[in-house]
Amino acid sequence: MLELRDVCTFYGNIPALHGISLRVNEGEIVTLIGANGAGKTTTLMTICGGIQARSGEILYEGSPIQRLRPNQIVRLGISQVPEGRLIFPELTVQENLDLGAFLRSDKENIRRDMDYIFSLFPILAQRRRQAGGTLSGGEQQMLAISRAIMGRPRLLLLDEPSLGLAPIIIQQIFSIIQKINHDGTTVFLVEQNANQALKIAHRGYVMENGRVVMENSAEALLNDQSVRRAYLGM
Amino acid sequence: MEFDFQYFLGIFFSGLTRGSIYALIALGYTMVYGIIGLINFAHGEIYMLGAFTALIVAGILGGIGLPWWGILVIAALVAMVWCSAYGYTVEKVAYKPLRGASRLAPLISAIGMSTFLQNYVQLAQTSNSVPFPRLIPRRFSFLQDMGNFMAPGDFIMLVTSLLIMVALALFIRYTKMGKAMRATAQNRKMAMLLGIDADRIISLTFIIGSALAALGGTLIAARTGQVGFAIGFLAGMKAFTAAVLGGIGSIPGAMLGGLVLGLAEGFTAGYFSSDYEDVLAFALLVLILIFRPAGLLGRAAIQKV
Repeated sequence: MLELRDVCTFYGNIPALHGISLRVNEGEIVTLIGANGAGKTTTLMTICGGIQARSGEILYEGSPIQRLRPNQIVRLGISQVPEGRLIFPELTVQENLDLGAFLRSDKENIRRDMDYIFSLFPILAQRRRQAGGTLSGGEQQMLAISRAIMGRPRLLLLDEPSLGLAPIIIQQIFSIIQKINHDGTTVFLVEQNANQALKIAHRGYVMENGRVVMENSAEALLNDQSVRRAYLGM
Repeated sequence: MEFDFQYFLGIFFSGLTRGSIYALIALGYTMVYGIIGLINFAHGEIYMLGAFTALIVAGILGGIGLPWWGILVIAALVAMVWCSAYGYTVEKVAYKPLRGASRLAPLISAIGMSTFLQNYVQLAQTSNSVPFPRLIPRRFSFLQDMGNFMAPGDFIMLVTSLLIMVALALFIRYTKMGKAMRATAQNRKMAMLLGIDADRIISLTFIIGSALAALGGTLIAARTGQVGFAIGFLAGMKAFTAAVLGGIGSIPGAMLGGLVLGLAEGFTAGYFSSDYEDVLAFALLVLILIFRPAGLLGRAAIQKV
């Protein structure tokens, strides 16, 4: 569904990605793990057009998207839950969700998706009229995921959804991600919390210093000695 | 001295009217600032262009026997559309290429644009002040029945600008585009990740702001009966003061700031001396910048690191 071929991205003259290649198949949860500064967020921003790749190719459904603008990429069915959630703080929960559906005009389905979200996250239904900035970290993460789902993506990109959340909330978020995947959305999950991510993913990639250094099924990575030592603290 | 209530009402409404025009223009400053963080110093010139456009349209229509209000409405609409095109073009030509440059660069470009537009009108039209046709009747009988505390011109200005401001508030609050504008103002990067075309939102902001300024220019010209190439400067500075007073970036702030500034000037002129009204306005600007830089309705910016 999504394929990166030898993608290089630079910040000014500083290389951040040195030729990344990876693939996400339809229906999968694929995770990208790695330490701080490995280039995980840059990889996501390059996919969604926030930063232009200097070389290489990004294929979505077989056609190149690396020259498209972010809003064109969203239109193709790729939504992102960015690092730090980026809730619109002065907009209400409802307005944040409405904007998730900005490119859609199918009112009936939008309403159905809204109901779907409120069934996933009943707390958001209670907070509908509250400003996004007043939510707790966990609630903001739920809202960020929900807002992305309102775009009816076929591919959902998640950047560190566990960051700064209590373990019990992380559990909840990850089980929802699994449910969303189960309901038909392909998921590409960037995480530092390798343990949790590998537990729900089908496959995984390990990044170090702007390069993909390992690729395997999630199960194999969970049992790999070097991954266990470097990322799972065992 | 006895308190003259009639006089007080007259001063109050003329201040309010003046303030409503400041508010109309201030909205353009504040909306643009909210979205791209730029003080658009060419905005006062758009107001002046609005007045000139309305003058030309009114001159053309004057001969064909339309009722006065028909001429005024058409002149205002044409001015709004025409100036929207100016605002759109100014952004594309003078600001868009500088996006991503330091904050100072577009500011200087804005000042340059302002000078350019003034000189352009001075050359293409005239450097003299030109009379605007007297469209608005001298008397409205219903106003006289209510105690004659407002001139017809003031009445039209106040009602029109208040209606437009309500319409704008509803647009921003409830429509999809309005929500997208607020989202873009709060976080442009995230708005783009949702598929919102930030460039289109920025253009829309300039278009709406310019249309409001053009309406303000038309109304003022019809009221005062004078148009000149330099009228944009003072009006622009006053409206900018109003925007800062209300809290730059805040739309309700610009409306409130305009009304407060207009009333303050009106009372100064009415009870003290009209020589001091400009002094008061700019003294107010300095005082706000010192004591409440975020403005009446603005929030102090919290820098997150």
